[in-house]
Amino acid sequence: MSFVITALIMFIFWILLSGEFSFILILSGVFSSLLVSYMSHDLLIGEGNIKLGIKRTFRFIRYLPWLFWQIVMANLDLVYRTLHPKMPIHPKIIKFKNDLNTDLGMVILANSITLTPGTITIEVNENEFIVHTLSEESAQSLISGEMQARVKKIEGKYNV
Amino acid sequence: MDIQAIITGILLALGCFFIVVSSIGIVRFPDFYSRMHPAGKSDTLGQLLVLSGLMIYEGFSLVSVKLLIIIVFIFIANPTVTHALAKAAYVSGLKPWKKEEGKND
Repeated sequence: MSFVITALIMFIFWILLSGEFSFILILSGVFSSLLVSYMSHDLLIGEGNIKLGIKRTFRFIRYLPWLFWQIVMANLDLVYRTLHPKMPIHPKIIKFKNDLNTDLGMVILANSITLTPGTITIEVNENEFIVHTLSEESAQSLISGEMQARVKKIEGKYNV
Repeated sequence: MDIQAIITGILLALGCFFIVVSSIGIVRFPDFYSRMHPAGKSDTLGQLLVLSGLMIYEGFSLVSVKLLIIIVFIFIANPTVTHALAKAAYVSGLKPWKKEEGKND
């Protein structure tokens, strides 16, 4: 099953990237997507049991505009801190409790934290997040846990 | 002047601004961890602006779909790589730089 799905994704990708429909190109596309999915079909769709419900996907899409706004604001903050002559930064490492139940939620939260400048996820485990923050404000906003609450909403009531 | 070209120019200029500022940040910040902040991630907004400017210039075509794929790829790959570097430094025991106490800024 994973073989067929991988081959289909690879072939769609091939057509998107080539954009031509001559016989030789389609044929080499079929061959190479079959070859790639023969070698690596267990990598793209792995063993992990992740439940991607429709509702969850929609909740994730609703989360994106907020994340994008956070990225823009944090970038402007970083520009200010970079160009200010006295460079008002207070770097430190903070730890806060991990309330999420699923691997998917942890990945989303960790990547969201890293995407917003001023905070980098260093380590995630079952109990806590270890994050390097550049300023006092970004540390406070993480500890207040707004982002974690939003990611928890995406997770919903599933446990995988 | 074409309105499309004007929007493209504004987006390109903004994107270049963010990328230049992040380069300045790499030089100015004091240690490895704080340098990761501009190095890894001002690029996310900078490249988003530059590539979406090019998408608007191109209009709706196969090229802009390819540009969209590049944007999505960078948005997934960039935080992952930054996290891998930061974790490597943390595991090997690098201590973060701290502002000296009692010194006002």
